[in-house]
Amino acid sequence: MSDPQVDTTGAAATTRRDRAQYAVCAALAGLGVLLLVDAARIPHVTSSNDPLGPKPVPMVLGVLLIVVAIFYAIDVWRGGVGEAEAGEDVDLGTRADWKTVGLLVVVFGVNAMVIDTLGWVISGSLLFWGCAFALGNRHHVRGLAFGITLSLITFYAFAIGLGVNLPAGILKGIL
Amino acid sequence: MDNLSNLIEGFANILTPLNLLFALIGVTVGTAVGVLPGIGPAMTVALLLPITYGLDPTQAMIMFAGIFYGGMYGGSTTSILLNTPGESASVVTALEGNKMAKAGRAAQALATAAIGSFVAGTIGTALLVLVMPQVVAFAIELGSPEMLAILLVAFVGASAVLGSSRVRGFASLLMGLTIGVIGIDFVTGQQRLTFGSAQLADGIDVVVVAVGIFAVGEALWVAAHLRRKAGTVIPVGRPWMGREDWRRSWKPWLRGTAFGFPFGAIPAGGAEVPTFLSYLTERRLAKRPEEFGHGAIEGVAGPEAANNASAAGTLVPMLAIGIPTNATAAIMLSALQGWGLEPGPFLIEKQPLLVWTLVASLFIGNTMLLLLNLPLAPIWAKLLQIPRPYLYAGILFFATMGAYAVNAQPFDLFLLLALGLVGFMLRRFGLPVLPLIIGVILGPLAEKHGRRSLQLSGGDLNGLIGGPVAWVCYVIIAGVILWPLLAKVLPGRRPHDRDHTPTEVSA
Repeated sequence: MSDPQVDTTGAAATTRRDRAQYAVCAALAGLGVLLLVDAARIPHVTSSNDPLGPKPVPMVLGVLLIVVAIFYAIDVWRGGVGEAEAGEDVDLGTRADWKTVGLLVVVFGVNAMVIDTLGWVISGSLLFWGCAFALGNRHHVRGLAFGITLSLITFYAFAIGLGVNLPAGILKGIL
Repeated sequence: MDNLSNLIEGFANILTPLNLLFALIGVTVGTAVGVLPGIGPAMTVALLLPITYGLDPTQAMIMFAGIFYGGMYGGSTTSILLNTPGESASVVTALEGNKMAKAGRAAQALATAAIGSFVAGTIGTALLVLVMPQVVAFAIELGSPEMLAILLVAFVGASAVLGSSRVRGFASLLMGLTIGVIGIDFVTGQQRLTFGSAQLADGIDVVVVAVGIFAVGEALWVAAHLRRKAGTVIPVGRPWMGREDWRRSWKPWLRGTAFGFPFGAIPAGGAEVPTFLSYLTERRLAKRPEEFGHGAIEGVAGPEAANNASAAGTLVPMLAIGIPTNATAAIMLSALQGWGLEPGPFLIEKQPLLVWTLVASLFIGNTMLLLLNLPLAPIWAKLLQIPRPYLYAGILFFATMGAYAVNAQPFDLFLLLALGLVGFMLRRFGLPVLPLIIGVILGPLAEKHGRRSLQLSGGDLNGLIGGPVAWVCYVIIAGVILWPLLAKVLPGRRPHDRDHTPTEVSA
């Protein structure tokens, strides 16, 4: 927060300033304002049982969010960089692959829209196949076969076996 | 000994075929996902949560305990054979473990990791049995003001002490607390941050948050940066150790346990610090320090033991006070809430059989893991070859299923996607994940205790500051927050550079 030695983050900090971080600060401040606006709308309800009421906590959080956004922005301005998360399959040397991420988001959204009508077995199979495709799988038959197998197994094991909520959809009566 | 008879009862309860089966499923699934890249124990427990609502809580907790310990075994396998640790706690293991594997001693590295984990896990669980009742006896006396103060210590600790940047930790915490506010206020029935949406009125289910942040966020993040060429996996046979390896390993195991357990047990201790301390200690004490950096077995044995002992330590605050100190414990606590059990000092009083069966299952699971992992290591290593498109498609598949199953409404899937994008953002900008999860789970509890304290004091703000325990907590909080200033003012001390050490909270 007030550490003067922010430049010691490593090579990334000195070679490239990450201006996109200001967007995060703005989002945090915006969230804070949203909390304050919403809290202002809540009527002041207190009683002897609850002298505090529902208002103060969101108000305090809203103010703190704005304060943290300011400190965050100061840190970024002084060259602070948050280290992106590494992992076994993560190659931070490359640029972000927005096409893959966008495709995944679309596949995910389509599934959310059709899950109730088509049912989990069909929508889940499509979800698996679509995600694998977005991630670079080009064996379509194999991908679809894995998807169908997985959704059938999960449907029978969890929905029918354990009583978990999964929709049968248009296959109702067949499964 | 009251504890001992309780524990024996716990053992009697777990030694039924069905419960043993759940323990076996837990350790198997745990090891598998620990080995698999991109999936950690926290994500696994989150993914499995919804499907366990149909089970008995005890059985589900037995399974979770197996996943918790198993995930750690699997994680060490990955870092030794692949040199790209998936979890921050395994970073230190990879330092020497991967060097050993490259020098043809993979079998010994895996063996010392597995046996060391067993030793540390068993001693750690025994310490848990001794310490937990004392902590409960202490915590049960605490009133709302003290509980509030302890929760605030947990918040500040998770945000400011763990992780690499304090301001980023607090940003993450506040996002979590904000998510916790959404829904109908539990006392007055007022809607907060619901924007008139009926689906938001019940609040956002913790499962949806956890699955969104851990599973969907991780999958999207990896998708954006997928390594096109998979890392080389070092082939391995059955793990074994020679007499010399045993001689060099047993002391580091015990020292690692001594480091790990206390750090796990304090809020915001974590596994990163003790594994690192253990590594430094072993390097200093080693007879041949020149071997460090080229595959010294002590450098695997010590940190692995510290890692597992710290996992056992985290169960002390989780079971005794209801405060999670790592992500997996946080999700296990939310599971308890899902069954309508209130975590906290009264849990052991109300559900003694559940708690003691859980503890007994830790002993059993640990033994199963040793028997399972020594012979099966080559098979586990094969899991590292799974094609990445299928792996991450599978994660998204199970994430969708789990989140939908909670309420059976497609709205939750859109929420899941939004939270997944938040998780992506956290990873992109180096914001830690743990404070957010802790904020979501403990935020409403902190508000409840805060409001109850004021109720007791009749609205007087002094009611928030209770007895000596609360004072100690607030002094700790002030110290942590003011530390950068203090470090500057104190003469002869250079500002601590802890703010920017690359430690991340694992998924």
